[in-house]
Amino acid sequence: MKRLITRRALVATGAIGAGALLSGCDRIAENPGFRKILFSGEKMNMGLQRALSNRHSLATEFRPDQMSPVFRTNGTNNPNTPDYNAMAAERFAGWRLQVGGLVATPLSLSLAQIRAIPARTQITRHDCVEGWSAIGKWHGPMLGTILKAAGIRRDARYLVFTCADLYRGHNYYESIDVVDAFHPQTILAWAMNDAVLDIGHGAPLRLRVERQLGYKHAKYVMRIDAVASLAGIGLGKGGYWEDHVDYDWYAGI
Amino acid sequence: MDEPTPAPDSAHGAPARTIYRHRVATRLWHWINAITIFIMIGSGLMIFNAHPHLYWGNYGANFDHPWLSLPRWPGWLTIPSTYNLALSRRWHMLFALLLGFGLLAFMATSLINRHFQRDLRVRADELKPRSLLHDLKEHLAFRFHDPANPAAFNIFQKLSYVLVIFVLIPLMIFTGLTMSPGMDAAWPWLLDIFGGRQSARSIHFIAAAGLVAFIIVHLALVILADPWNEVRSMITGRWTVPKEDS
Repeated sequence: MKRLITRRALVATGAIGAGALLSGCDRIAENPGFRKILFSGEKMNMGLQRALSNRHSLATEFRPDQMSPVFRTNGTNNPNTPDYNAMAAERFAGWRLQVGGLVATPLSLSLAQIRAIPARTQITRHDCVEGWSAIGKWHGPMLGTILKAAGIRRDARYLVFTCADLYRGHNYYESIDVVDAFHPQTILAWAMNDAVLDIGHGAPLRLRVERQLGYKHAKYVMRIDAVASLAGIGLGKGGYWEDHVDYDWYAGI
Repeated sequence: MDEPTPAPDSAHGAPARTIYRHRVATRLWHWINAITIFIMIGSGLMIFNAHPHLYWGNYGANFDHPWLSLPRWPGWLTIPSTYNLALSRRWHMLFALLLGFGLLAFMATSLINRHFQRDLRVRADELKPRSLLHDLKEHLAFRFHDPANPAAFNIFQKLSYVLVIFVLIPLMIFTGLTMSPGMDAAWPWLLDIFGGRQSARSIHFIAAAGLVAFIIVHLALVILADPWNEVRSMITGRWTVPKEDS
């Protein structure tokens, strides 16, 4: 029988095929229908992770001797806007955290008031979407405590964080759902590594949401809104990176 | 019904003998996995490009000491071909599900249809130095099949398939899960097994390199053996016993 597949032909076809497949991946990822399939992995992974963990499964906490010697900063290192610089100059004495949206009593809290709320201290690992990790010590009230104080309504499903740093001229924003908002390790940290939170790491207040990747941990938090849907926020996907570069909203993986 | 059975000799009276060698579950998984692993490697290399340094332990970032730093992988090797961490993650995390649940389904099926027990079981006498040496010599002479039992895998095939199915791919899956902060909270023992998230990331990369090495050798041997016969057998299941063996 005449060979339909010779060695040389197979190697050549294989090489061309692999190349075509690789460039085909770029093209197919632009197809809206396929994009939907590609992006459906997020919901499946979130569903699986939520099914395998319970609401209160804790992220591992570490000993002080396991901490990173240097905890690098990422994203914005300094919002450097006139408003922010003015607040920083007076050590955030005039800064207020606004809590609003679907709550019974909107709050406006000063840093002194937030520091007076019973706090949690946790040494946890921060995982950047890029792949690196750093371990630091965080201190601040649980987000759940503040949400309960504001009387969060039953129809609230997400918490949206609006920040002082600007991206493309707009304030950075991120969101988490109520499951993560009421997780015991989800705190609003005002101290890090036994010192007042510095500007590089999000002064005066940043979110820690320990079961998700770094970009969910909003820094320079100015306001928190309880909402029923993310549809009206930014472009509707729940965060700056989600809206502008297709990052997953659920960043547990 | 689904058992490998000898087929009647060809009508021309030639000595070529065709046997049913690969069951449908094996073939299906082979091709799904071929595509999946191709995408996992391409998208994985792009994800690696976001921080091309590897560390041991729980933490590791720019001010820590990496055990390996590599230049970025070129675009013709990565999915997508341009720097796009978000999109490469979308590819990676979707196909990771196919890799994980595909392996699970293949393992369950292969236990039930006895593919593992029949074809991959390594017997103690196959591991004796003398028999390993004999097999090595046969390999170097490009004789890959035992004439007495041509459908059986030789010891190097068995060991490499066992390594891939039971060690490398499970390692990829579990070290991958260890990199997920959500999974670490759900299954904290993952961190204990691999010695921390950054160690898991390093092992993930090493196991991926092992898979790439397997793929290269696997493809080279398919080409050296008889590409038409080997590729066809993985599509139709039917494999012609090489003449020199029969």
